[in-house]
Amino acid sequence: MKRIGVFICHCGINIAGTVDVKRVAEALKDYPGVVLATDYMYMCSDPGQSLIRQSIKEQNLEGVVVAACSPAMHEVTFRKASAQAGLNPYQTEIANIREQVSWVHQDDKEAATRKAIEHIKTIVEKVKYNESLIPLSLSLVKKALVIGGGIAGLQAAIDIATAGYPVVLVERSDRLGGHVGKLSGVYVNFNAARDLLESKLQAVQENPRIKVFLETEVEELGGYVGNFTAKLKHRGDNGGEPTFSEHTFGAVIVATGHSLRPLSKFGEYGGGRYPNVIDALTFERMLAPDGPTGGEIRRPSDGQVPRQVVFVQCAGSRDPEHHMPYCSKICCMYTAKQAALYRQRVPDGQAYVFYIDIRSQGRDYEEFVQSAMTEHDVLYVRGKVARLYEEDGKVIAWGADTLTGKPVEVQADLAVLATAVMPAEGAVELAQRLRIATDEHGFFSEAHPKLRPVESLTAGIFLAGTAQAPKDIPETVAQASAAAAKVLSLFSQRELVAEPTIAYVDEELCSGCGLCIPACPYQARAMHPWKHKAIVNEALCQGCGACVVACPNKACKLRNLTPSHVLAMMDAYLAEV
Amino acid sequence: MKYSYYPGCTLHSTAIEYGWSTEAVCEALGIDLVEIEDWNCCGASSAHSLDPHLALALPTRDLMRAQAVGADIVMPCAACYGRMAAADHKMRSDSAWRKEMEAEFQTEYIGAARPRTLVDVLGNDLSPEALAAKVKRPLNGLRTVSYYGCLLIRPPDLTNRWDDPEHPVVMDRILKALGAEPVQWAHAVECCGASLALDRADVVTVLSGRIVQGANDAEADCIVCACPLCQANLDSRQKGISPKVPVLYITELMGIALDLPGRSKWFAKHLVDPRPMLRRKGLE
Amino acid sequence: MTTGATASLSSAVRTSAASTAGNAQRVDPSFLPTVEALSHENIRRCYYCLKCTAGCPTAYAMDYGPAHVLKLVQLGQKDKVLQSKAIWMCVGCETCWTRCPNGIAAGHVMDALKQMALREGYAPAERRVLVLHRQFLTSIRLFGRVHELSMLALYKLLSGDLFTDLDLGARMFLRGKIPILPERIKGMSKIQQLFAKRPRGQE
Ligand SMILES: Cc1cc2nc3c(=O)[nH]c(=O)nc-3n(C[C@H](O)[C@H](O)[C@H](O)COP(=O)(O)OP(=O)(O)OC[C@H]3O[C@@H](n4cnc5c(N)ncnc54)[C@H](O)[C@@H]3O)c2cc1C
Ligand code: SF4
Ligand code: SF4
Ligand code: SF4
Ligand code: SF4
Ligand code: SF4
Ligand code: SF4
Ligand code: SF4
Repeated sequence: MKRIGVFICHCGINIAGTVDVKRVAEALKDYPGVVLATDYMYMCSDPGQSLIRQSIKEQNLEGVVVAACSPAMHEVTFRKASAQAGLNPYQTEIANIREQVSWVHQDDKEAATRKAIEHIKTIVEKVKYNESLIPLSLSLVKKALVIGGGIAGLQAAIDIATAGYPVVLVERSDRLGGHVGKLSGVYVNFNAARDLLESKLQAVQENPRIKVFLETEVEELGGYVGNFTAKLKHRGDNGGEPTFSEHTFGAVIVATGHSLRPLSKFGEYGGGRYPNVIDALTFERMLAPDGPTGGEIRRPSDGQVPRQVVFVQCAGSRDPEHHMPYCSKICCMYTAKQAALYRQRVPDGQAYVFYIDIRSQGRDYEEFVQSAMTEHDVLYVRGKVARLYEEDGKVIAWGADTLTGKPVEVQADLAVLATAVMPAEGAVELAQRLRIATDEHGFFSEAHPKLRPVESLTAGIFLAGTAQAPKDIPETVAQASAAAAKVLSLFSQRELVAEPTIAYVDEELCSGCGLCIPACPYQARAMHPWKHKAIVNEALCQGCGACVVACPNKACKLRNLTPSHVLAMMDAYLAEV
Repeated sequence: MKYSYYPGCTLHSTAIEYGWSTEAVCEALGIDLVEIEDWNCCGASSAHSLDPHLALALPTRDLMRAQAVGADIVMPCAACYGRMAAADHKMRSDSAWRKEMEAEFQTEYIGAARPRTLVDVLGNDLSPEALAAKVKRPLNGLRTVSYYGCLLIRPPDLTNRWDDPEHPVVMDRILKALGAEPVQWAHAVECCGASLALDRADVVTVLSGRIVQGANDAEADCIVCACPLCQANLDSRQKGISPKVPVLYITELMGIALDLPGRSKWFAKHLVDPRPMLRRKGLE
Repeated sequence: MTTGATASLSSAVRTSAASTAGNAQRVDPSFLPTVEALSHENIRRCYYCLKCTAGCPTAYAMDYGPAHVLKLVQLGQKDKVLQSKAIWMCVGCETCWTRCPNGIAAGHVMDALKQMALREGYAPAERRVLVLHRQFLTSIRLFGRVHELSMLALYKLLSGDLFTDLDLGARMFLRGKIPILPERIKGMSKIQQLFAKRPRGQE
């Protein structure tokens, strides 16, 4: 019989405060197969791990059960420790007596202790049947797909290509640059957005490793990290039929950017009805030298230069009742910029900014907003505009100043709404095609908000720019470079390693009925081209077990969780109750 | 088309011309109004100011009685509508309250009939084409501004958005079908001062005055409204405004367009006499 | 903001109130939760943007705008709020509720405050408004419907506001808009029962 060691962790008082660890060790000592059962304060600490390593060597252990926290925490830690001591890592298993026992039964120590004992015994039974496995190695295509040709996509493509790997950059519209291509000057130095963009566009053009597809979208994405297959859809010439092309990639960066909350959503501001109520992007175009007015500020209704301009911040942001609950993050800053630029171009004009709070976190940002007030004489009024309406060719703004408590009415010539930043159109559908998650608003979700901010939850798919959340250019560029670095660290590996604890087909038993194919949620099953037997795509299989249940012939099994494992575990469990 | 009908106190008194014209117009359009038997006052803003229980219980008695008719309840007054909609919403959303009221009135609340405002019914249940087909004297050349005030279309949580709460369109649609020329203006949803009419006349004079002035600025021949309180405030607070602007109920204009008999006695009830203006337009 | 946070805010305010002794008011930490319960409004969501106040038709005639009233409620300034004109000047037009980014119906809070002020014996800052509301309800209690003539006569007598709008009343009367006799409904006993059930302090 296999010689098995059981290591019971106190986790300080996390476990030992509820579970009587000494009694557990005592109960396991004489269980068949167990040659050692011991407890320790912190198993994951260095001394804890070396206790395991030493015991494997001294007791010639052939299997290890660590009774501790969830396998999500430290399975890798303890398997590595076993391997260092010469034991195949797949002979080491975790019995979770923290999340599943001590934390949920704090009020009943006796029952918790009994449950911990039962739990460990079943895992001991499992280890008895475990095979020694070796990790799978998968091929890795060192070529990246970047979706979205805004500043985020451009930066990511440049970084990856500069490191020597080919990139395909896919842009839906007919030109690169995204929103930055539409801006005038940028805060905090008023540098021309065009110049910023030009430097990036040139770098893309000059790099032979970057292939750009304009008017192209991702129609389908299959495969897995290292081996994605993408079907791209290219818009047909002159409205003709679209054409398609297929490619393989090792990694994907999603950089589809943002859109703005439509003006028509603002009934109280007459958005979409009054020509002189516009959004900030339209105002940017007015300010931009390559815009429709050649950089002159002229209001849409009659082409006059507006003498009084009202800027409305937080239009549709921070409004859980009617719009978006979040802060759009960039609008305080660009409103200060726009108001200052307006004052530079129309020196005798007056700019009013209605705001609720000023959010100016960034180097030199607060100073910039202050300079809009002091150097450019922009008048800041703290209060939300209640209503905008047109009368006698004026846009009347009804607001209040919270600081004096007095109502304020401005007879303006033009009103500019800092409309909320929203995900790009079609983001949710794209997420479905890529099988990545979005938040409730449609921004792509990162794997961890603090520690994995540029990865999606799907291995090999990374996020950059405003597609993930509102952010400005420096933050976008930083995130794009970070996503590129993640891709590069993936590409720096020779091959990809994957867990071997997945499904396999016993060809002797398989009748080729095909039932397992639709049962698999990961598209990991297929029919062998001529053998009439099911096969498993090892890179796609997640070891979920759906096929095992579907198979009428017991031909389908999971490695180290075969029917023999499960039956033995059941027996051990039932013997206890 | 059958509706149960809640006239509200004012349609028997200060807004009697609204009552007359409503009944005449509905009859001409084949809208069958069945008055709720022995209805009581909804409590208006006084009840909800002083007494949350009465504010809901009073209109609930009417809602209960209206069930006998078995059709949506139409009410011409915006303030009544606001109270009825609030009471109906409470009955639908708070089951403990519903049980209490069901015991109080010994009637089960089925909730099949919804409180609706008259303009909603005239503008949404009747197509503009059907209405236009009945017009005998089109209101050609009559520049109108539609005035909704607040409670007709607010709050959207209670009105089911039968019209847009910031930029309503239904009254203009009706007026267009009648051949009039509705003009865009900025005061359609501004409040006239409503319940402060008597006790803080100064405030109402300011608020209503601003609205009437807005109608003059828009060069409107008249203000069209659909609420007795609004009408009374706008009609009575025109001191110092020139020219004075007639404030007509939408049903009165419909009465002209449909050429209904007996309408001269409606117009005699107004403080700002609309007859000279109508005469000028050839619409008396 | 949780209740805990509010409580600590209130105690912080109390300290500062002590340091500006004299004109600062004592803080009543139970005020906010009480008003929230009475009005069914989540007042702590208010971030004081004043969108409500800027659109409120009667704010100009109030001593505190609707948002200020909410802020004073957050800060537990019970006396200030219950003695204010503002709560009597709100006409319940629901404009604030329609536009508030946080879905707060300030008008409903105003109603709750009026009722609280009456219950707790605060003299109304706008006495005439109260008198009229009361006469209106009296009319319903007597007839089931409103009878303008008797209601106005009583209002004029009780408010002492004898002469405002007398000409207007006369013009209305002459146009036959004010009936002399009341309409009395049949189901008066039920109406009287409803009135009898009112909580104390609201009669
Ligand atoms: C009015 C305004 C003023 C601003 N001013 C400043 C400023 O002064 N300073 C500053 O730092 N920031 C400013 N910003 C913010 C700046 O524009 C953004 O930070 C920046 O555009 C984000 O870049 P991005 O690449 O993430 O997204 P985007 O610029 O939105 O680019 C995304 C690109 O992806 C493409 N795309 C979308 N969906 C798909 C798809 N399914 N398939 C293929 N392609 C797709 C789009 O066509 C677009 O080209 C401003 C923003 C606005 C709205
Ligand atoms: S192994 Fe898990 S249970 Fe034990 S100390 Fe570490 S974290 Fe805690
Ligand atoms: S960045 Fe400023 S303007 Fe934009 S939503 Fe946030 S607080 Fe409002
Ligand atoms: S300095 Fe700190 S506390 Fe002050 S505004 Fe900036 S982030 Fe907020
Ligand atoms: S174990 Fe799950 S993922 Fe793997 S082949 Fe079976 S069903 Fe598919
Ligand atoms: S379900 Fe079982 S028998 Fe059928 S094809 Fe799949 S593995 Fe073979
Ligand atoms: S609009 Fe709403 S959030 Fe703003 S001040 Fe008024 S109540 Fe507060
Ligand atoms: S309901 Fe009251 S507080 Fe709100 S806007 Fe109307 S009058 Fe002002």
